[in-house]
Amino acid sequence: MSRLLVCRPDYFQIDYEINPWMRRTNAVDPARAIGQWQALMDVLVHDVGAGLEQMRPVQGLPDMVFTANAGVVVGRRALVSRFRYPERQREEAYFERWFREQGYEVLTLDKNLYFEGAGDLLGFPDTWFGGYRQRSDIQAFPRLSEIFQREIIPLELIDTRFYHLDTCFCPLSGGEVLYFPSAFDSYGQAAIAQRLPEDRRLVVPEEEALRFACNAVCIGKQVVIPAACPRTTQLLESRGYRTYAVQLDEFMKSGGAAKCLTLALD
Amino acid sequence: MTASQETVFLQGHIIDSLILAKVLDTILMMGGTFDLQDVKIGATRDAPSQARIVVRAPSSRVLGEILRAIQPHGAAIEREEDCRFEPAPAAGVFPDQFYATTHLPTQIRLDGEWVEVEGLEMDLGICVDPAKARARTVPMGAVTAGELIVTGRDGIRVTPLARPTERDVFGFMESVVSSERPHQPVIADIAQRMQKLRAWHRQGHAGAKVLLAGGPAIVHAGGRDALAWLVDQGYVQVLFCGNALAAHDMEAGLYGTSLGYGLAAGRSVPHGHEHHLRTINRIRAIGSIQEAVRSGVVADGIMAACVRRDVKMVMAGTIRDDGPLPGVLTDSMEAQQAMRAEIHGVGLALLVASTLHAIATGNLLPATIPTVCVDVNPAVPTKLADRGSFQAVGLVMDAASFLIELARELGWRP
Repeated sequence: MSRLLVCRPDYFQIDYEINPWMRRTNAVDPARAIGQWQALMDVLVHDVGAGLEQMRPVQGLPDMVFTANAGVVVGRRALVSRFRYPERQREEAYFERWFREQGYEVLTLDKNLYFEGAGDLLGFPDTWFGGYRQRSDIQAFPRLSEIFQREIIPLELIDTRFYHLDTCFCPLSGGEVLYFPSAFDSYGQAAIAQRLPEDRRLVVPEEEALRFACNAVCIGKQVVIPAACPRTTQLLESRGYRTYAVQLDEFMKSGGAAKCLTLALD
Repeated sequence: MTASQETVFLQGHIIDSLILAKVLDTILMMGGTFDLQDVKIGATRDAPSQARIVVRAPSSRVLGEILRAIQPHGAAIEREEDCRFEPAPAAGVFPDQFYATTHLPTQIRLDGEWVEVEGLEMDLGICVDPAKARARTVPMGAVTAGELIVTGRDGIRVTPLARPTERDVFGFMESVVSSERPHQPVIADIAQRMQKLRAWHRQGHAGAKVLLAGGPAIVHAGGRDALAWLVDQGYVQVLFCGNALAAHDMEAGLYGTSLGYGLAAGRSVPHGHEHHLRTINRIRAIGSIQEAVRSGVVADGIMAACVRRDVKMVMAGTIRDDGPLPGVLTDSMEAQQAMRAEIHGVGLALLVASTLHAIATGNLLPATIPTVCVDVNPAVPTKLADRGSFQAVGLVMDAASFLIELARELGWRP
């Protein structure tokens, strides 16, 4: 059973603006946010069959709900993120404590390297892809590659709306990738194409990429995606995936959706 | 001007991700150039690759812009160190670990600043004046005790020559020496270059002098009139030669022979072998070549033209010189110094028909000076080309044919 780390959105709101989606004037409806989060959890547990690990939310840290950025977990080792923006740096200690309490071997990178966890590091069993420039530093990847003994192909993120790799790139269990090519420069697009032949690249149209179609959770042949992404749904279903659409627009106010709200633990 | 440069290091999965390609393209697109050094490709897919890249730019401002652009892609600037130096332990002796120069533009790092080394020449040491932030090359024999000499290899940058902007024979950066190579287009390019240099020299520009280092075969083979004409027309400002070129040139003027052969008749004349000795003796009696020309005793030929045009002449003697002629430097270190002093301001060097003078001059010249080596023996231009200079052209041909063709290109109509 896949286990996911999640965090209730009890204190989720827009307290600051660190990506183009965030507007402090665009207030979160707390009850609606909790309802959407709960609906996502229900789908993950009851439909997809995932197991959930919950960590306690912390007042004053609204973005802790986005556990994808806690770090990267491989087996019993957890590498904790180092956030670029001071607004989120305070989350690091809480994530680290949680990993320690759960008995993970906790790893960290050099203090001067930014790396925002599974938000910027995704991939297939042997090859990973690392998003850089917006949040994570490219220099983090050679170190991560050494620690986890995986090839990591760095991809520059050139569109500030797609500030984490998981907002525009979603590897699927069948070896395909769901992605929005324009979020990458020509070198990144070529590097992706070199690794994944055309029939394994599922291109998401821009209007659905902007509704976070790539911020999906894939477990086995099931994919949980944000609502109102019909073409992406169709693409996935044509490849034999079962899709579950969840309304997550309260979280998009902060620049996140299904994938950002979870961290794969194994 | 020497380009600014910095060494950066890139590592990780930089090949398949095209990060290396992106960094290199960025350098080029922003007006820089690069040298890829120490590229190590990961042996397996999960093993990282690494590359050390020397980034060069036409100015420090452009270099700064390039570095700012490539750093986000992981290019880390390598920490540079100041150069090290030690006092010379005695006069004429370098410290043990002295740095030996090349003939390429060189900078040393003093107190965090890159300082240009003056007096570019291969196989010398570098003497440093930290107080004035200056550095110059110094020959081993000329160093005085206590002078600060650069040691080791840290904090020293040697810049390969940038591709010359002119699209002539010097711009192709080939060092091919072949007797099959067509001469005419090469000579035409040299003539064009000399025309330009003469105009610049007349306008008072620095670095526009033409140096000719030649052997007596110029006279034997019949190139005397052509070279004299070139000197008279102001195409040559510096002449390096030995006792023989001067002696046979004046022998030709006084006796019509070169080493006893009648230049017009083409055969030896009775007692002709004495002519060059009688010539040398005559000039020794007069006291100097200059005086022999001024008094009208030597009226034509290369020496006469050089005296008339006030060409700087350095005559370096060899072991079995006859005489020698007045003005021939018989102390080879003194001759070396005199030649070195005249190299400054040279913009083109023609090394014609003299193994000895061609190689001595070649080794005194910085790689930045376009150089033509003409010899019937391919070994001479080949040796010059082996110096690795991008601006050296070798012509395997007879000295007289070269000079006559060159003079004709420049308008000589005998």
